[in-house]
Amino acid sequence: MSTTVTPGPGHAPGHAPDHGHADPTVPVTHGLLAMFETGDQMAHAIEKAVAAGYTHLDGFSPYPVGEAADALKFPKSEMGPVMFIGGLTGACSGFIMQYWANTWGYSLNIGGRPYFSWPSFVPITFEMMVLTTALTGFFGLMAICGLPRYNHPLFNSKNFERATRDRFFVCIEATDPKFNLAETRTFLNDLHPVAVEEVME
Amino acid sequence: MATAELPPARSTELPLEPEMHPLVRNKHDLVSVGDAIGEVVLKGEHPRGWWIGFLAGFAMLQILAIAVCWLFYVGVGIWGINVPVAWGFAIVNFVWWIGIGHAGTLISAILLLLHQKWRTSINRFSEAMTIFAVMCAGLFPLLHMGRPWFFYWLYPFPNVAGVWPQFRSPLTWDVFAVTTYFTVSLVFWYLGLVPDLAALRDQARKRWQQIAYGLLALGWRGSAIHWRRYEKVYLILGGISTPLVLSVHTVVSFDFAVSIVPLWHATIFPPFFVSGAIYSGFAMVVAIALPVRKWYKLEDFFSDHHMDIMGKVMLATGFLVTYGYFSEAWMAWYGHTLYEWGTTMERMFGPYGWSYWCLIGFNCVFPLTFLWSKKIRTSPFWMELICISVLIGMWFERYVIVITLAREYVPAGWGTYAPTFWDYATMIGSLGLFLFLFFLFLRYLPMISITEMRELLPKKQGGGGGHSIMENAP
Repeated sequence: MSTTVTPGPGHAPGHAPDHGHADPTVPVTHGLLAMFETGDQMAHAIEKAVAAGYTHLDGFSPYPVGEAADALKFPKSEMGPVMFIGGLTGACSGFIMQYWANTWGYSLNIGGRPYFSWPSFVPITFEMMVLTTALTGFFGLMAICGLPRYNHPLFNSKNFERATRDRFFVCIEATDPKFNLAETRTFLNDLHPVAVEEVME
Repeated sequence: MATAELPPARSTELPLEPEMHPLVRNKHDLVSVGDAIGEVVLKGEHPRGWWIGFLAGFAMLQILAIAVCWLFYVGVGIWGINVPVAWGFAIVNFVWWIGIGHAGTLISAILLLLHQKWRTSINRFSEAMTIFAVMCAGLFPLLHMGRPWFFYWLYPFPNVAGVWPQFRSPLTWDVFAVTTYFTVSLVFWYLGLVPDLAALRDQARKRWQQIAYGLLALGWRGSAIHWRRYEKVYLILGGISTPLVLSVHTVVSFDFAVSIVPLWHATIFPPFFVSGAIYSGFAMVVAIALPVRKWYKLEDFFSDHHMDIMGKVMLATGFLVTYGYFSEAWMAWYGHTLYEWGTTMERMFGPYGWSYWCLIGFNCVFPLTFLWSKKIRTSPFWMELICISVLIGMWFERYVIVITLAREYVPAGWGTYAPTFWDYATMIGSLGLFLFLFFLFLRYLPMISITEMRELLPKKQGGGGGHSIMENAP
């Protein structure tokens, strides 16, 4: 049955919904994976696929290829605001912590300076900002990308090992409303990839 | 005819970016880059040099273990510290190691923002060096505490006594600066490693390697969307690490400059410390890179061209440091203060004067005479010699600064300081810890960034045409 159309959610009335792994023994298609030799070819293929109306697709490469992300209509990542908020939170909490501790919590008279001697709180405020920016950056990246995730269907493909080596891939996922195994395969073949294979869940 | 003299049409011949020098020698492609760097780790065949370095480090690490055990048993009295020189070797070594730890983040952050692509060859292992050097540095204040098991008292935490740290003290700033520096360097380093670990996972043939690198790679699969986010994070980390690097040694210099000890209480201390840190950090990077590239035959990636550039950076920072020494003496003389000038005279010609002249010799005269010559900058033997000289010189610089305490205001408060056997043992032991960790790193992690090297290759060799890791991140 995997060779026939794999309907997206909401399709195939009258059939048992075979999308939700109802029968684990029956393999479900994850998508079609096309392998390319260069990053430019990959980016070009994504452009074509997006123009053809595919929406659930992604490119994979051993090093960042900016054109691929552009073609996927992902011109700007959300990490900037995330890290900004993280840094701002760290700076504010660092400053408030020092203010509270040295003004109210445990006030010490150091050389007759006022308890709220804010200039001496600047270095730690700065350090706290840098620390929280970096930590939100790393953990935010992981969270937004859904990592760490050790079992991805794409890892079922033997070819995909080369995605971290010397090949560039485009995967059109079966969840795409426009996905049709035969048609999509023909479409990908027309883009002159090295190979196209069906990847199972 | 004048027109006949004109060169042929140049526009098509010129590359878009003026590429001065090929940064990767020989015809590498994506696979050969991965093999050259990755197989060092995956094959696990190590040259004799690796064993020598590793075993030397391991032996010295045992000295550290013995010294620390004895310290915990007896107390800090086994060191030569006393009033007036209450800091002694502990702070000398702390500042020296922190300084060495500056090169890594400088190379990975500042040079990243400045689009200095030659950094790609050295950023990974200099970041590793940073982490290990900061570990060694952190050891000394902890051991110097006397009761290191109470180290967490340095941090603000709610406690029964209701006591909070004194946030106006540079020593408290130092705790935050060094902790932040260590954490951010670790995050930066690991983030850079993730795609490489994924590459190793897919390249590995042994089962345990596939599992180990697979776990560490966090399931990275090189998705275009992930890459875009990744590059943005990398760029911002570079941006915030740049002021961080400068802030760390600035805060370390505040430990001295905020006091009222003559010659410490100087506004030049922060820039002077930062340039000294870069000087010694670069010296350590080159001193280690030279033997390593020879043992592992990585001349294609770390070429003489790299050595030449690093030599130039050392020349520049060396002169900044020398200007610092000059300025200290000048300010003391021109300021017409009895104590400043008196302490300067004691520093140069007092009982510890020999260490001042060692500093000038090792740090200024020898390196700055020879670094001018390109022939010397590209000669491994000479560069190794110069770098070791700089490392010794920078150690003496901190020694000279700390020993100032022996001769400050009133002669009645003067004293002497002499390190003991255990001071030397801890110092050599910290070097052992550094070497031990560094050689383990060479053994288990890719010492050059495979991903960035691939991206740096020309397009016709499969690469990204000289892009560097954050240039696709709007």
